[in-house]
Parts: sequence; structure tokens; C-alpha cells
Amino acid sequence: MSNKYIDVIIAGFGGQGVMLIGNLLAYSGMESGLNVTYMPEYGPEMRGGTANCTVVVASEEIGSPIIKTPKSLIIMNQPSLDKFLPRIEQGGLAVVNSSLVDCSGADVRNARIVQVPANEIADQLGNAKMANMVALGAYIESTGALSMEVVSRALKNVIAPHYAHLIPKNAAALEAGAEYVRKNMQV
Amino acid sequence: MSEIKLLTGNEAVVHGALAAGCRCYFGYPITPQNAIPELMSQLLPAAGGQFVQAESEVASANMLLGAAATGTRAMTSSSSPGISLKQEAISYMAASHLPGVIVNMNRGGPGLGDIGSSQGDYFQSTRGGGHGDYRTLVLAPASCQEAYDMMIQAFDLAFKYRNPVLVLGDAIVAQMKEPVKMWKPEPVSSDEAAEWRLEGAAGRESRVIMSLYLAEGALAQQNRNLVAKYEAMRAEVGAETYETADADLIVVAYGSIGRIAKSSVRRLREQGHKVGLVRPLTLYPYPDKMLENLAAQGKKFITIEHNTGQMVEDVRLAVRRYTDSSFFGYMPGNMPASEDFMEPILKALE
Repeated sequence: MSNKYIDVIIAGFGGQGVMLIGNLLAYSGMESGLNVTYMPEYGPEMRGGTANCTVVVASEEIGSPIIKTPKSLIIMNQPSLDKFLPRIEQGGLAVVNSSLVDCSGADVRNARIVQVPANEIADQLGNAKMANMVALGAYIESTGALSMEVVSRALKNVIAPHYAHLIPKNAAALEAGAEYVRKNMQV
Repeated sequence: MSEIKLLTGNEAVVHGALAAGCRCYFGYPITPQNAIPELMSQLLPAAGGQFVQAESEVASANMLLGAAATGTRAMTSSSSPGISLKQEAISYMAASHLPGVIVNMNRGGPGLGDIGSSQGDYFQSTRGGGHGDYRTLVLAPASCQEAYDMMIQAFDLAFKYRNPVLVLGDAIVAQMKEPVKMWKPEPVSSDEAAEWRLEGAAGRESRVIMSLYLAEGALAQQNRNLVAKYEAMRAEVGAETYETADADLIVVAYGSIGRIAKSSVRRLREQGHKVGLVRPLTLYPYPDKMLENLAAQGKKFITIEHNTGQMVEDVRLAVRRYTDSSFFGYMPGNMPASEDFMEPILKALE
């Protein structure tokens, strides 16, 4: 694991749980013995506004926790695609929630796009709110960034105690996202 | 081994303060430091301390003064506009030789500005801040670990010099999360304030702590004493250096901007440019001798700040016998990334 370096901007509407999966990714990086930074950026609203966070996971010391040209993206809604896809590094990877995002008008020449119908998959599992976990599962599978086992185990550290009963469902959602990528994409 | 937790800078401040033996917290809410009083209100009473949400910033700073006079390890925190309101009490504390820790998570200004990051409070922090001729020690964390470590250092320095200590972060350090090693220092000695604390004068001569010096010659002597104290504080100066030995150009930046600039310097090094970084850990006392020594070696300087140009004056004072410093200011209102500093650094290198 020499010179591992990952950065990702995770973006969507407030309420879609982008901060939660950012936290989960950061926590998993820490549990993997790596340096991590998690930097949230909120609009003034709790729900319905825009929300994004930047996570950096690296074997070396992390300088900037803020990234303007990310190596990867997790895009949960249309405004986030419009805002962040133009900034992605040449050859970067974007996991896009195709349930809510139409990529047909976007300039995708720069990036590898992994389209995942995260809301539909989460719906089939019984709760559309877990679309965030589906997207993160797809991201972990597409990038091989961290071990899925570590991510799944870290759920208990980022989900509030009164929601602890939802941990197995969230783990299933992570796995469903990964499974979708394995079946539908050439990784 | 110490436990490692994923914490925001705000949370790291709280845990660091508790590890340092903080017994009292007084505050009033303001973004982006609200997570400090929020977590403190949970943890401090549970640890046997006192948490007070005061009626205003003015009140909370005066409560800090009062607690300090009893020799208690105490703190307050706020963000820029709130820190302005605390300045009267901080001036009184400096004049009364009272220890206390004040955390400022610098936000955009002037006025109410915004809730994003800024370094617009550098002058206020390093020039005393309130009225009169005084200084506070100023520590500038760039990471959540430093936020934790510097709280422990801040309480020790406050009592060592009987002086207010300011920990100056910003909205980036406040809200970012990083792994923090939760080490514990040696427990505080109970007699660290035995010589001067107010605790009732039964069986001994009474003590007076005040900031009014009306007797003939008393105020002149008080100011000379303060100057001597600030000279002694120079022993505490600290800075991180990175790739300075063979550098043609030194980037000087502090706090979150310092670590972002370090990323820029690292990338420029990879491209073969001879650049280095000095990141002051203490803003008062300032690492001027270190900068002067680098200037004497013929190096050039650029100061990068998240404001319109404040610390650059201290850099220029430090290097004035040999050279000047150019300046790049990234305006508050947005958060900078390492890309933003590449071009200004390259230009200064020419």
C-alpha cells in the first residue's frame, strides 16, 4: 500500500446523506491505518439545499483538505453533476446516481462515468433513503479504494445509536451498490 | 497507547481542553465554533466542571476573568465578531496578569462578514486586540491534532506567564474532521496558582488583583513588567519548516492556509522548483529570527494569507535587512485549494 492517495467530492441535496457517506469513507480510511481529512460544505438549509463534502485518504501527510480538481466524484443529484463534473481531473471517475441524474447533456470526455440507479436499488431494499449507501458501495467497488469489509464495519461509528437497528440494512445497501457495478460495469 | 478518534477541529479543542484540566467554560453561540460549546456542555459537567452559556460574549469573557482570578483553568471560545466583544475583558486580564484560554475560529469579516474561513483577525490577535499596550500569546493550529495539542500547550503557557493565550483557528480547522490522538498530559499541579489566587484571606495578608494603577510611577512600572514578560515569552516561539534548506523561495503561511500552501510547495518541488515553506505555529511571539536567518542566506519570500495582507507586515519586518516579501491574498468568501497558490508562488520565484 505504498503512496496510496484518493480524493473525492460527494455532492447532492441536503437530506440525501452525502455527509454521512463522507464520514463513513473517512472513518474507514482511518480504520485502514491511513491519513484522512473530511471537509463539509453546507448551504444554509438543512434539507433541500445543496450539500457536499470532500474526503481525502492518503498514506502520506495530507496538506490541503480542500480539492478543486478532484480525482473522483459521487454525484447524487443534477445540480451537483453540473457543478462538479467540469472540474474533475482528466481520466477521473464519477459515480452518478442515474435515478435522479441525466448524464446525456454532460461533457463526459474527461471522466469515466459509472451510472448507478441508486434510488431504485435502495427502494428495492425497502428504503429509498439508503441511496447514499448504494452509491458509496458502487464507488468502493469501482475504485477499490478501501476494503468493503472495513467500510461495512465502520457503519456503527457513523450511524447515531438510535438508528443502530438500521446498520444491517445499510450494509446490505453498500453491498447492493457494489453488486450492481460487478454485474453491469467492466471494472 | 492513546485512543485515536475522528474529530472536527471544534471537537478536538474540547477534548484538548479537558485533557489540559480545564474546569470552567463560558461562552455564547456563534458559527462556525458552535460545536465547541455544544460538546463542552455534554462533557465538562460530566467531568465535574462548570459549563455556562452566558447572556452575551461580554459576560462570558468577564466570567473567564473571574474564574482566572481564583486560579482556575478556564476558557471561552467564539468566532470573529464575538471575539471583538470579548476584547475589553482580555485587556483587563492582560493588565491583571491573569491566565486564561480564548479560542477564535476566525470567520469572514469585517462586520458580520460570513460564516466561512478567513484570516482577517491576524492583527487583532497579535497586537493585543483590546485597548492598551499588551500582547496575548497566539497559537495557530493547522490540523485537528494541532487543535488538540495546542489547547494543552495553551493552558500551560497561560499559567506559566499568567497571561491570556489565544488559539486562532478558522472555519476550515473548526469544521474539518481528522484522526486525533487523544494523549493525556501529566495532571495539573494544584498549587500552580498558590502564590496569587484569590480564595479568601483568612490567616494571611489580603491579595489584590486589578488593572488600575494610579500610584505615582506604578503604571510605568507595570508596562515595563509587561514588556519584560513578552520578552520572556520569546522562548516559546515555534514554526514548522519544510524543504527550506536549498530553497530559493520561502512561502510563509499559517494555520489552514499553511497546510494548503504545503501541498502547493510539495507539487512545485515535484516539478523541480526550489521552494520551501515556513508555517509559524506561534503568531505571537513571531518566528522572526528564523525568517531573518533564511533571508540572510539570500532567499526570496512570499507571504500567503486568507485576507488582504496582515502577517506580511511581520514577515517584512523580519527580513527587512536583506530583502522584501511579496504577498498573495486569497479573499474570504471562498475556500482555497493548493491549485490557487501555484501561480503566485511561481511568479514570486521568477
